[in-house]
Amino acid sequence: MTATGTFLPKPGAAPLTRMIRAQAALETRMLLRNGEQLLLTVVIPSLLLVLFSTVDIVDTGADGSTVDFLAPGVLALAVLSTAFTGQAIATGFERRYGVLKRLAVSPLPRWGLMAAKTCAVLVTEVMQIVLLTAIALALGWSPHGDPLSVALLLILGTAAFSGLGLLMAGTLKAEATLAAANLVFLLLLVAGGVIVSLDKFPGAARSVLELLPISALSGGLRDVLRDGAGMPWRDLGILAVWAVLGLGAAARFFRWE
Amino acid sequence: MREEPAVDIVGLVKRYGPKTAVDGLDLSVGRGTVTAVLGPNGAGKTTTVETCEGYRRPDAGTVRIFGLDPVANAPVLRPRVGVMLQSGGVYSGARAEEMLRHTATLHAHPVDVDLLIERLGLASCGRTAYRRLSGGQQQRLALAMAVVGRPELVFLDEPTAGLDPQARRATWDLIRDLRDDGVTVMLTTHYMDEAEQLADDVAIIDGGKVIARGSPEQLCRGGAENTLRFIGRPALDLASLLKALPADSTAAELTPGSYRVTGKVNPQMLATVTSWCAQNGVMPDRISVERHTLEDVFLELTGKELRA
Repeated sequence: MTATGTFLPKPGAAPLTRMIRAQAALETRMLLRNGEQLLLTVVIPSLLLVLFSTVDIVDTGADGSTVDFLAPGVLALAVLSTAFTGQAIATGFERRYGVLKRLAVSPLPRWGLMAAKTCAVLVTEVMQIVLLTAIALALGWSPHGDPLSVALLLILGTAAFSGLGLLMAGTLKAEATLAAANLVFLLLLVAGGVIVSLDKFPGAARSVLELLPISALSGGLRDVLRDGAGMPWRDLGILAVWAVLGLGAAARFFRWE
Repeated sequence: MREEPAVDIVGLVKRYGPKTAVDGLDLSVGRGTVTAVLGPNGAGKTTTVETCEGYRRPDAGTVRIFGLDPVANAPVLRPRVGVMLQSGGVYSGARAEEMLRHTATLHAHPVDVDLLIERLGLASCGRTAYRRLSGGQQQRLALAMAVVGRPELVFLDEPTAGLDPQARRATWDLIRDLRDDGVTVMLTTHYMDEAEQLADDVAIIDGGKVIARGSPEQLCRGGAENTLRFIGRPALDLASLLKALPADSTAAELTPGSYRVTGKVNPQMLATVTSWCAQNGVMPDRISVERHTLEDVFLELTGKELRA
């Protein structure tokens, strides 16, 4: 046998931007190719929006049309489904099947992987928001408010849910993450001001529920998009605290294997 | 100055709770060689390799890869070292070719992906999702991912476990090409023939220590002697045969007409025996040579009983 030269050593990492871009594209494709994930991120929010806007099930607890109440809640739900539930489940199984272990010895640094995951989440969210906005507008939605406030809420909400999702994925077993992430999704859907106004809850419960990240996100979005409120500092503050706590705990406790 | 070895392990100790997985292991791997780490299940093979890959910190002792610390110098080493894990490592929904192309993208000067796909017989399953690949296909994809970045050193943890004979040959050919191109290979295996076929150097480990070390030939020459058997006329005069053979040989008639000769079995010895037969007008029937294999050495050293 003679040397072919095919494997002549010539090691080297690709440029960082190329690695992160490629990783983000791969992560996004994995997300969009997964049927269960799509159910969670696309089908459920769209169905809720269409169903509850057209059928008079939800008492919005306020003046204005139902879709004006629902659209901000469903946008918050979209962020929850992708940044928290979807990311937690996907990352939990990546950890279980050694994907994270294998990537840890690739030239892509860990922070690069996390950046790529964040990009994949943001890209998915943009697609969700475009789709849900189109549906809501078709249903007669008339949004108000400052787009900057909306963007800030969405970004801080994404950071808060990502931290909590990664914390779960990096500490629990994959099956436990799957179950818990879906349960949390369901609980927050009902008790986080997404489709049921927090005004429906008794005072004491309500003041606790208001501190949840989903309530801050859906409440903040509703204040801005429906009522045209200014910068929702209180909700942004709550989301920021969750983001710092969640990302901090994930960075501290995440186990790669 | 002498070049650093590719892998240099000195006094490595690794414990998991009360269990000592690696217990003072020394091993050095020269650049451009293929080293096979052989050992029964639980001998500490994977723990040793994973410490070299930077996944675990030694409890005692040192591990150096090209003279560098695999944990502290991980960013420098990652592009230079290719890794094939024992299993997994790929998104369950990723297609085989997609994952290999992606891995190539993370490197500056990757091997031609099409060529690797063809060499490892992955063309027919290139569009198949990882979770639907057969075990052998998953193994070959993991091997391709380990070498696609043109590394200087690759760690292969049981690269041919569960492969069919054709895929095994393809893997062996690829490992030989790696060595011919100057890549250092450290692999673990259960298969003796694999170590005999591929390795320049074999380390047999058991109980977390290296218990034998050398080229396959050296290890086979060690241990027990080799044997030659034939059938002939009963009651031949073996004293005259012994005179013609080297001093440490033995010859015996086990049952009437069935002879066994032991000693250093080589072409010279075979010629001596057959010419002695010719002188005695004997046709040596069913003449057979039993050479000591690495498997014999392995079983001798690690014991024949099954372990839990």
